[in-house]
Amino acid sequence: MSECVVPTLTSAEVVASKSLLPQGWKADMSNLAGLDLTLCATELLRRTTSRLPQDVIDALVKGRDAEEPGSRAFNTLNDMVRNIILADGNVSPLCQDTGSIIFWVRHPFGFSQRAARKQLRAAVMEATKRSWLRPNCVESLSGKNSGTNMDPFHEHHPAIHFEEWDQPHIEVSVMQKGGGSENVGAQYRLPDATLGAGRDIKGVRKCIIDAVVKAQGQGCSPGILGVSIGGDRVTGWERAKELVLRKLGTANPDPKMDVFEKELTRDLNTLGIGPMGYGGATTVLGVSAEEMYRHPASFYVSIAYMCWSSRRGTLTLAADGQPSYDL
Amino acid sequence: MIRLTTPITEEAIRQLKVGDEVLLNGNVVLSRDMGHKFMKEQKPEWLKPILENMVIYHCGPVVRKNPDGTWTFVAAGPTTSIREEPYQADVIETYKVRGVIGKGGMGKKTSEGLQKTGAVYLHATGGAGSLLAERVKRVVDVKMLEEFGSPEAFWIIEVEDFPLVVTMDSHGGSLHEIVAQQSQDRAKALMA
Repeated sequence: MSECVVPTLTSAEVVASKSLLPQGWKADMSNLAGLDLTLCATELLRRTTSRLPQDVIDALVKGRDAEEPGSRAFNTLNDMVRNIILADGNVSPLCQDTGSIIFWVRHPFGFSQRAARKQLRAAVMEATKRSWLRPNCVESLSGKNSGTNMDPFHEHHPAIHFEEWDQPHIEVSVMQKGGGSENVGAQYRLPDATLGAGRDIKGVRKCIIDAVVKAQGQGCSPGILGVSIGGDRVTGWERAKELVLRKLGTANPDPKMDVFEKELTRDLNTLGIGPMGYGGATTVLGVSAEEMYRHPASFYVSIAYMCWSSRRGTLTLAADGQPSYDL
Repeated sequence: MIRLTTPITEEAIRQLKVGDEVLLNGNVVLSRDMGHKFMKEQKPEWLKPILENMVIYHCGPVVRKNPDGTWTFVAAGPTTSIREEPYQADVIETYKVRGVIGKGGMGKKTSEGLQKTGAVYLHATGGAGSLLAERVKRVVDVKMLEEFGSPEAFWIIEVEDFPLVVTMDSHGGSLHEIVAQQSQDRAKALMA
């Protein structure tokens, strides 16, 4: 049980050979309004549901290797690595909770958001049909499941954030956000008398420690935290979640925040919660924090908790229409 | 490593202690939020022979229907158990359930139920959906699929060497309580 499993994933060539996209497929970027993202977005979901980003795998392996060989924490992290290899090889979902689907689309002028919304919805329906995604969208009160992953009332699931930018290429990022980890996310309002947390960086730190202790193993630790400091109740949450997209191990562009993240990560890993809450030294894999504006009367700290199976990926359609995936 | 096969006797369950590693074999019954609310509020008789001396698994699987009408489990890791805390002890007592598989652990009420009836809480690795689906030998039956939808239905599956850890036993022991207490103490020191 205690031998170190080496996480060798399927090579990029093999992944490409299983692609839904016909060989040589290119988007016609001269006709942005007429683009069809359905197929390339379905391919993105095929990859994100079955493959973890390399930085997440590296962090899990680093955590495992720091645990006592043969301990429950070590064995659990080893099983996580085994699971990563299996899901990749079988092209099957890493986790049965394939999450809520959140897209971020950045595009040049002339691109049709209305058309893209339809296409991304079609991609999610197709991935659901192929059992790459579990039908995870139910009516709140009755619990009735449409079976398609489509919001039965409006068009709020899958969630799609659009942004027009001044670049010639298109980026489509996706996150599969599991329900267990979503449930342990938290939003604090400073000052918080119970925690003795004031409106400063020390207060922010206390909120984050409190959230991680409350989460225990229930968000499938080791977790990855996205933390926004400020904003309003909506913009704070939205940014916190987006921050989870940041690659682990990359420095925060704000040097002070970078130090804060590193010290906090080290401290959180002394809590002893460990993988799945079994005890151990690997409680979080990383923290990504950012300071935002705020209203003078409000001070929110929004903490998005992502499980160890941090399924995220980006499709890029270059200026010449060439597709590429970061998974 | 302890090998157990369902149905399990109360005597065998009473011997298990927190920290024991178990490989489970035989049939287990999947149930989560809708199923637990239904079992507590309606106490359907037809579930009694299905659940007596058996193990409930908190799991909403990804399933694939094969061309011949049979089902395959594609991903089948545990879901967070604490959501069933209001129901679990009642369900264990009503149906004489001997084990509950999930993740994250459960609270005091469930612990009391485990002690009273003679049952344990078995922890599976969350997120290990592919790994655990490989240990599902076959889908035996499914109940309430139409009514609840696939993630919530009562799937009855046969498992082989399903890897689990006892984290709450029938004597009041709970690994979750110990880890929670220690981490709360450490958090206090970090916040001081």
